[in-house]
Amino acid sequence: MKTKKARLITNAVTYGVLIALFIILTVMINNKSITRTLKGQLIPICSWIVMAVSLNLVVGISGELSLGHAGFMSIGAFSGIVISGWLLNGFGMEDTTLRLLLAIIAGGLIAGIFGALIGIPVLRLRGDYLAIVTLAFGEIIKNVMNCVYTSVEGTTLHFGFLNSALPGTLLLNGPMGAVKVKAISTFTAGFILVMVTLVIVLNLVNSRSGRAIMAARDNRIAAEAMGINITKYKMMAFVTAAALAGMAGALYGLSMATLVPTKFSFNESINVLVFVVLGGIGNIPGSIVAATALTILPETLRFLQNYRMLAYAILLILVMLLSNNPMVKNLWRRLIPGRKDNGEEALKA
Amino acid sequence: MNGNRRQQTPMVPYPSGAIVPERDLGSIPVLECSHLGIDFGGLKAVDDFNVIMGKTEIAGLIGPNGAGKTTVFNLLTRVYQPTRGTMMLEGRDMGSMTTVDANKAGIARTFQNIRLFDNMTVEENVRIGLHNQIRYGMFSGILRMPNYWKAEKKQHEEALELLNIFDMASMSDMRAGSLPYGAQRRLEIVRALATHPKLLLLDEPAAGMNPHETEELMDNITRIRDQFQIAILLIEHDMNLVMGICEDICVLNFGRIIAKGTPDEIQRNPAVIEAYLGKQKEAQA
Repeated sequence: MKTKKARLITNAVTYGVLIALFIILTVMINNKSITRTLKGQLIPICSWIVMAVSLNLVVGISGELSLGHAGFMSIGAFSGIVISGWLLNGFGMEDTTLRLLLAIIAGGLIAGIFGALIGIPVLRLRGDYLAIVTLAFGEIIKNVMNCVYTSVEGTTLHFGFLNSALPGTLLLNGPMGAVKVKAISTFTAGFILVMVTLVIVLNLVNSRSGRAIMAARDNRIAAEAMGINITKYKMMAFVTAAALAGMAGALYGLSMATLVPTKFSFNESINVLVFVVLGGIGNIPGSIVAATALTILPETLRFLQNYRMLAYAILLILVMLLSNNPMVKNLWRRLIPGRKDNGEEALKA
Repeated sequence: MNGNRRQQTPMVPYPSGAIVPERDLGSIPVLECSHLGIDFGGLKAVDDFNVIMGKTEIAGLIGPNGAGKTTVFNLLTRVYQPTRGTMMLEGRDMGSMTTVDANKAGIARTFQNIRLFDNMTVEENVRIGLHNQIRYGMFSGILRMPNYWKAEKKQHEEALELLNIFDMASMSDMRAGSLPYGAQRRLEIVRALATHPKLLLLDEPAAGMNPHETEELMDNITRIRDQFQIAILLIEHDMNLVMGICEDICVLNFGRIIAKGTPDEIQRNPAVIEAYLGKQKEAQA
């Protein structure tokens, strides 16, 4: 653990770099000097950053391996789409900013509620068992979303399970997912969501609750003997992460014209986990960098055509090997003085 | 063995026959165990454990290896739920408490094999101990409300104050895992004290300390008792420490109490000598 001062500096640099990047990108968008591909990826990048940071709260800070994070994103995405469609069709709310805001908040709330429901049975388990059960829940969510039909008629929402005969305009069409979604997400909204996520996660980590979460991770027995209710704090991390994933989902879902439930499969959960592991478990700025790089990378590799995903995988292996190489670690340590304590551990191991 | 004996209040019998320091007669005993026991399968790990501790008593729990001393601690802190018997903390039945409840009720402990939060700083370790004493909610923390700053400042001040008991305030920014062994043991005591206990359980506090450090520890334990007015129950193999500061000693062998009494009585007790050294006849043969 870094000292308080080093932590403050890291956080300040993280916020600063993100704000600077946002300003640069906004200027570039206004100048039209940004490539079309990159521009189209800005909102997904924001969503994946939020996903990676929130999963890092569960995996890194709370120390529980969750393999169903995409499930919460799915819940958030489809709730956001339904809420947005409901507000537009039922109440004629044309203001896209307000609609987006309400959709994101609703997506977060609903995903948070599901996080709590799933967390109650899941967090009784530990280690591998917890991972397997979260994986199962992710798949259950995907398959349930495959069967849900929703329509809006006037101001009423109709829900059907395996039953597509609903009155009014269809918002969710079972396995076809959401069709003809009005894409209302903006890069600014995505950036704000990233900042909100960072504030929530970083402030939580550096507070009484965050210390309790980490204490429960580091030494369960000692934490309990100090009067820390382990389940409560594991729940806190899990539900917060689920709510953030839901918000990311709403942002993502409302940036697409169509979205199918099978998009949020086990693969996506693993993808987010890759961001977290590559960026460093428990390392929040690392998650941001990894999520950004690994979202851009597959697109920039398009010139390789059929070999694209192969190249992606090989690059991933190389990055992993390099970042665990003692010589590279040593170089990092010399460049960044605050990382001395990592060196001590490497020597001990 | 008597060279280091600290000044002590005379011990007086309590109505049930147990002894408590004279000064504690007026107040409710901090701990009252009657017929406490736990079985692991067919093994009676602890059986018929009866103890009464005065409000500011320092008591020792000794016995050969495997006698069940740490099991008693695990029963008192509710890591294990007892199979038989009752426990009262300041007259309050601890019936169905969990480990967390037991700590909130006022029992804090240290561990035989140190269990610090190695990757956190020394101060953060103490702040974990203050978790239930200086509180604020999750949202105050995320939104950095005024009560967050106030409570954080209070936690910082109290943590340093507690660390000062062992002159450790200067180490507050160090990683707990990087401290020398003796300092880690002391930090565990500070962390336990931070939970504002009524009864402090120390599991081999002097293990791995040199005679000089042990001397200091003895002074500190009595000082903690005087300053915080709490009861301390300790497991220790260092007889110099046990005989020096404990007012009441309880000897455990094969999960049962074989002797109870003041240090003088224990040293003369033939059952204790037998448990530690074996029977005289066998020794001669």
